[in-house]
Amino acid sequence: MRKWARRAAGRRARSRFAFALSHSRTFALLLLAACARADATPARELRVCADPNNLPFSNRAGQGFENRIAELVARDLGARVSYTWWPQRRGFFRETIRAGKCDVVIGVPASFELVEPTRPYYRSSYVFIARKDRGLHLRSFDDPRLKTLKIGVQIVGDDGFNTPPVHALARRGVVGNLRGYTLYGDYARPNPPAGIIDAVARGEVDVAIAWGPLAGYFAGREGVEMEIAPVEPQIDPPFLPFVWDISMGTRRGDTLRTRLDDVITRRRAEIDRILSEYGVPRVEGRRR
Amino acid sequence: MRLGELVRPSILNPPLRLAAAALLLTAACDGKENRNTGTAPRFGGRSEPLASAITDTTEDGQWTMPAHDYASTRYSRLAQINAQNVPNLKLAWTFSTGVVRGHEAAPLVVNNTLYVVTPFPNLLYALDLTKPGAPVKWSYDPKPASAAQGVACCDLVNRGAMYADGKIVYNVLDGHTVAVDANTGQEVWKARVADYNKGESLTMAPLVVKDKVLVGNSGGEFGVRGWVTALNLSDGTLAWRAYNTGPDAEVLIGPEFKPFYQSDQGKDLGVTTWPPDAWKIGGGTMWGWISYDPALNLIYHGTANPGPWNADQRPGDNKWTAGIFARNPDNGHARWFYQWSPHDLWDYDGINEQLLLDLPIGGRTVRALVRPERNGYVYVLDRTTGQVLSANPFVHVTSTLGVDLKTGRPIENTALHPETGKVVRDICPAAPGAKDWQPSAFSPRTGLLYLPHQNLCMDFEGVEASYIAGTPFVGANVKMYAGHGGYRGALTAWDPVRGRIAWQDKENLPVWSGALATAGDVVFYGTMDGWFKAVDARSGRLLWQFKCGSGIIGQPITYRGPDGKQYVAILSGVGGWAGAIVAGGLDPRDSTGALGFVNAMKDLPQYSTKGGMLYVFSL
Repeated sequence: MRKWARRAAGRRARSRFAFALSHSRTFALLLLAACARADATPARELRVCADPNNLPFSNRAGQGFENRIAELVARDLGARVSYTWWPQRRGFFRETIRAGKCDVVIGVPASFELVEPTRPYYRSSYVFIARKDRGLHLRSFDDPRLKTLKIGVQIVGDDGFNTPPVHALARRGVVGNLRGYTLYGDYARPNPPAGIIDAVARGEVDVAIAWGPLAGYFAGREGVEMEIAPVEPQIDPPFLPFVWDISMGTRRGDTLRTRLDDVITRRRAEIDRILSEYGVPRVEGRRR
Repeated sequence: MRLGELVRPSILNPPLRLAAAALLLTAACDGKENRNTGTAPRFGGRSEPLASAITDTTEDGQWTMPAHDYASTRYSRLAQINAQNVPNLKLAWTFSTGVVRGHEAAPLVVNNTLYVVTPFPNLLYALDLTKPGAPVKWSYDPKPASAAQGVACCDLVNRGAMYADGKIVYNVLDGHTVAVDANTGQEVWKARVADYNKGESLTMAPLVVKDKVLVGNSGGEFGVRGWVTALNLSDGTLAWRAYNTGPDAEVLIGPEFKPFYQSDQGKDLGVTTWPPDAWKIGGGTMWGWISYDPALNLIYHGTANPGPWNADQRPGDNKWTAGIFARNPDNGHARWFYQWSPHDLWDYDGINEQLLLDLPIGGRTVRALVRPERNGYVYVLDRTTGQVLSANPFVHVTSTLGVDLKTGRPIENTALHPETGKVVRDICPAAPGAKDWQPSAFSPRTGLLYLPHQNLCMDFEGVEASYIAGTPFVGANVKMYAGHGGYRGALTAWDPVRGRIAWQDKENLPVWSGALATAGDVVFYGTMDGWFKAVDARSGRLLWQFKCGSGIIGQPITYRGPDGKQYVAILSGVGGWAGAIVAGGLDPRDSTGALGFVNAMKDLPQYSTKGGMLYVFSL
């Protein structure tokens, strides 16, 4: 049984001052630096694993809402954020947090078993997204128009995984009028997953069904007005959820989780403000 | 010598589910002498054995391609090491690759130099066999893009290189094919063939046919479109590319295309057997093996399963996935196609090897293509036409009820069809199939095929949360476990003429290594707990074994050294899909890790740690 090495609590990051002098010329200066450090509050690191090219969630330039939330959490804990970048694909959790490269992944489903999730800090939904000028106002998977409209959906891979809308539509016999957009996109370009939203704006599809945060963010950047509405039902029988609680993911057994739970409670208003700023559609749910 | 005397009656009696079990028995089977006609193998020993498509009957003692020959027999005529003296096999020397991932490659031996390709970062080492301990002559580093690791589905494996025209040619995970001067280690050319930014990677061993290097892509789990590409051996420029889905023009289907079965005849089936546009992301990758018949001037390759839609979303046969293509290597034009799994439901990712054998079937010599398939059947096809002559199960199969030889199509077992949220139990074989990539060997002396394979079944237990690229979704909660009989793997000797098991060596763990057969009537293979084994080719009796440092998933080879001695070499280093629990450090508590494979391999960490070592043995 593999034991994950705990990060030594309170590991010191070099202060900027010490860092600047790390290739320093004189011993005396180094001594000075050491004294300066002894007086400073210990700067800790919040080690985050994130995708370097996956807006609106995160990117290397720190422009995603998960970057912003990471900064907020770090500030609260008196730490600074350090990143390990890795494309968020199959193997991401295996190669990053479970390999000990970081302590937290800022967004995971609350029911995700590969990590120890914190309490959820938002709940979003898959949404219908269409150009406003089409006047479609789609709400439900049972809308008969879905049999004929050209629908964009997100697809994963060839091994039995699919986004929930694909299953819900299949169950209703909506098959021939779908167009699949890979979740991964073209990683050489900025915003790889935005292809499905671009397709709506271009008129390539009449409507797309996408995960809320993705749709909400890119809808405001297409140059045409979009309408977004959460899909119904929220859970398609027997068990196909379209509404997901999102938590932060920590390593199993790491005490960081309880501290993050506290931060999420304390900073709820600020987190909400960041999510609003990025157009993340939220649905009300039971707060755990 | 009669064939009947050579093959021990099966003590296993695998359940023959085929009412019309097409056991096209031969003259040999009714007690007549097997007369050698043309290039039929004579199963008798002392006479010169022949398997087809091997044009030279001499054995120069080298190993220039992973399958040893274009017929993919993995059979060496070297006989210095034999069933009598193999117990005296000793470790001659070792070499550490410095990489601790799954080592699936076959070493090569050319001009007294041994070449090894490592897993990512795909280093190439040349070792000097003329000096004691085989020191490194040179090494080559293709410097692959680190980000390519993000698109490797199941460990960062590489299945080996090929020697041709003074060059060592191999694939790099990040989408490049490289040619390196075999003497100097200088890069001759480097061609970008696949795009990892779109989910494509390269793990397969290229095959050089005449002046072309044949390469296929990996990446079905990212929803890519499969292809086979030919590069010019001289400079790495593109010669042709054939897609495995889409319009005929892109699949390279033209007037020469003559598929045997009616369901494969028609215009643009690679488009019309899919919902609109679904073929554009339809899978059908080609990350496995290619064979070549010089007499027919045809290459044979498999195509992987369809993707990325769940089966309900892709009604139709989903051509040309989950099948076998025969193509002209000069221009890629398709000659025939056979689909062993139309509208695949199981992730049976069929890129297994095609052995080109001339077999005495039905009183005549058939130019056969033998393919042990993911779905648990050994298919024997007429390689000139693509007709299925027989398809018999080599493991316990529940996912289908047999193969209809009239249509070539499997008989569905609708009771087990997977649905979202529905619990389906006891699906055999599991997603990795009864046999995955691990290549089998054939001995013309025994007439037997030596199959390294797994014996796993699976349950679909509803759904589980998954998360990729910031998007939550559900996946099938798959649990794999030991199949019927309670063992997880075996080396099975299969009689392709009678369509039945001759003997079987059961193994606790899946046998994820390749097999090697020799004229000394010895078969070599390795186990995931690190035992390298030699067994009697006629009985399966264990003759010798050696415990390597890490589990074995590599391909054994044999060669004649500069000292005239016969050597056997194998890479040890556990990993791959089956060994991801060790190579990727997966948590054994996570039963759905590695797509459910972890559950079946929970105990592997007790048997093997990571490693990366070449072991070389001699008498």
